[in-house]
Amino acid sequence: MSKDFRVEMTDISKSFGGVTALKDVSFRVRPGEIHALVGENGAGKSTLVKILSGAIQKDSGTLKIDGLDVQIKNPHGARKLGIGIIYQELTMVPDLTVAENVYLHHLSNQRGFMNWAALFRSTDELIKRIGFDIDPRQHVGELSVAYQQVVEITKALSEDVKILILDEPTAVLAPKETERLFEVLNTLKSQQVSIVYISHRLDEIFQIADKITVLKDGLKVGEVISSEASTDDLIQMMIGRKLSAMFPKRKKKIGEELLSVQNIKKGKLVNNISFSLRSGEILGLAGLVGSGRTETLRAIFAADRKESGQIIIDHHPRKINSPKHAVSEGIALIPEDRKNHGVILSMSIKENISMTMIKSVVYKIGILNKSVETSIVKKLIRILQIKTKSIETHISHLSGGNQQKVVLAKWFGRDCKIIFLDEPTRGVDVATKIEIYQLINDLAEEGHGIVLVSSELGEIVGLCDRALVLNEGNIRGILERAELTEENIIKMSI
Amino acid sequence: MLLNTETPVRKTSGDAGGQSIKKYSDFVLKYNTLIIFIILLIVSSIISDAFFTARNITNLLRQVSGIGIVSLGMLLVIMTGGIDLSVGSIVAFAGVISAYFLLSMPFALGIGVTILIGVAIGSVSGYLVAIQRMAPFIATLALMTIVRGLGFILSKGTPIILEESGQSLKEFGGNYVFGIPNPVVLMFFVFILVYFILKYTVFGRLIIAIGSNEESVRLSGINVWIYKFAVYSICGGFSAIAGIISTSRTGVGSPILGIGLELDAIAAVVIGGASLKGGKGSAVNTLLGIIILGMIGNIMNLMNVPGYPQQVIKGLIIIFAVLLQGIKKSDSS
Repeated sequence: MSKDFRVEMTDISKSFGGVTALKDVSFRVRPGEIHALVGENGAGKSTLVKILSGAIQKDSGTLKIDGLDVQIKNPHGARKLGIGIIYQELTMVPDLTVAENVYLHHLSNQRGFMNWAALFRSTDELIKRIGFDIDPRQHVGELSVAYQQVVEITKALSEDVKILILDEPTAVLAPKETERLFEVLNTLKSQQVSIVYISHRLDEIFQIADKITVLKDGLKVGEVISSEASTDDLIQMMIGRKLSAMFPKRKKKIGEELLSVQNIKKGKLVNNISFSLRSGEILGLAGLVGSGRTETLRAIFAADRKESGQIIIDHHPRKINSPKHAVSEGIALIPEDRKNHGVILSMSIKENISMTMIKSVVYKIGILNKSVETSIVKKLIRILQIKTKSIETHISHLSGGNQQKVVLAKWFGRDCKIIFLDEPTRGVDVATKIEIYQLINDLAEEGHGIVLVSSELGEIVGLCDRALVLNEGNIRGILERAELTEENIIKMSI
Repeated sequence: MLLNTETPVRKTSGDAGGQSIKKYSDFVLKYNTLIIFIILLIVSSIISDAFFTARNITNLLRQVSGIGIVSLGMLLVIMTGGIDLSVGSIVAFAGVISAYFLLSMPFALGIGVTILIGVAIGSVSGYLVAIQRMAPFIATLALMTIVRGLGFILSKGTPIILEESGQSLKEFGGNYVFGIPNPVVLMFFVFILVYFILKYTVFGRLIIAIGSNEESVRLSGINVWIYKFAVYSICGGFSAIAGIISTSRTGVGSPILGIGLELDAIAAVVIGGASLKGGKGSAVNTLLGIIILGMIGNIMNLMNVPGYPQQVIKGLIIIFAVLLQGIKKSDSS
């Protein structure tokens, strides 16, 4: 009987502009069950829960809640059905009290006046219900991240939630805080709430989940009872496919040491990081989101000020205090956040590309030589095969893949020996991805040293000569070419 | 996740009718400052015979020359995403010290030192904003008060009158080149300079880029602070020039000059289509903006409209001009 299931998603398909994100995926959760969703980046986990929470619409398939067919058109509709979602990034208003945050959506129902006593009382009851003791009068900004998450959950409960979705809830939590969260989840479970739990941390999933559904490339590849499966089984299911076909072969000519980084420290996420990079080498930086990969690159590039540590370039110690310094020492950084850090959306392709070499495209005393600028930009557009009608086109009109090529072009023109690539294929279509892989290989063959950060394990394995695996700001180990497999990376990073 | 970061497909207007409406509104958006300028010009010529005469136009331009120069400096600051509230105080201070210096110094030295002091005051704002990372509004608000106070202290609260030794400045202010008053020539010179900077120099390109996305510029290996610092110094220098022009025309350096002038300068830049968030603006439109503001005052004087209603109408025209630009914002978002 279908009434056994709280959520019953059947043959759900969804595609974005021709790219299939989900194909015929079925997903069922019982009342009082914690059901984990796992899979690599891009497997379709977020797409599936976004359909359930009304953030996006399915193309086909059926959705039943408590045995009844429903259409969820928007997040509001999902909330009415008792579906609550908690995202990785918390959405609290830090300057309001706990109680105000919990009842933020109901505040407008108070006829313009606040009933503080009732507000604090009912918030207190909700928090007690999940076994916590937080003062409803406290400002949310003063709470630790874990307690803020408890407030998020309380907020979901204030709407009488029957299905609670958590997207990577422990990414921002310390181990102790994770324990507290699990207590809350178990309490909710005993109150017959259905919980959908997304996480990369497999050990946690075995600890908390009753069932596990594995997605890969938009397909459901398995559903297992967690007490009957092992970590190795899951990893096998998650990887499966062979990405190696996408990665072009490369003639390896690894030469002299270009860069040596010693004991770099910056905050919690860069803790005594040391490594060296040779000419012609592609070094991977692997690890989970929040493991300190981006922060490490930014500290070396001086995008953030490092606390301590030494940088040695061509066997000479260098002081690098600003990105300008880093660039003049021959380091380029292709940043992770393309729209905010990589390009200037309101400027043209030409202006974006020439930004790194602006001081060399002049006649004299800083007057721009626009004909030289145009010819340099045109040449780079040809080399990188950027598809555009004109070099005056604004970046905001380009696709993600072409935008990323513009970022690459602006650093190609500068010809730095050491190139940091932070998630260079994020948000890029498959065809462009392969082109970018080829470009990375070409750079290495020309004798550049490359550090590659990627959340797609396939890229690390397919492109890199070695990989450093990071976890919470520490180096967990180095995998040489022979041992560089997706399984080993996952094992080392969790 | 990969798929969700893709940008949504741009909506294109379907039929030909939609296209022509779009083209029309594009035209209005692109030239809205010019359109307002022309409308005002026509309306003014119709309602007053005295408006479109060489004498009146010359007068109008001479009146706006000082604030025009200030607005062009303000434009550079606003392009970086900043603001400079101290310009009015610098105008007054420069007016006072130029009169004071000319009591004892030779002409060129007195003027040169005055401009340098303007640059120095601007540099203090630049230091606070670019190096100490203070909010531009706060830093220049403090400078506004300090410099105003210094002007009063130096002049002991009364205007300093240009004596015999300052006659050459007075002559400069009153003279013409090919029938154009010297202050107006100076304003056009500054205009061409700013236009050239924004269009043809690395400095100008980077100012626009910093206003659009400072972090991206910094990560391209450019020391952003130098440029942010420089725009405040330039703005201070331009303000000092405006102060000197005022002294040259009135023959006195007055410490109460230019109160509220920063708001007119900001208004001119905004009427000229600049965004207070930075990255957007033009020298031509700023010049038009300042002439528009001048014309509003001028025509109302010719029509004998009293001062108070003038302020109301001026405010309404600013709202109207910015509303015209507002169409674009809702369109592109």
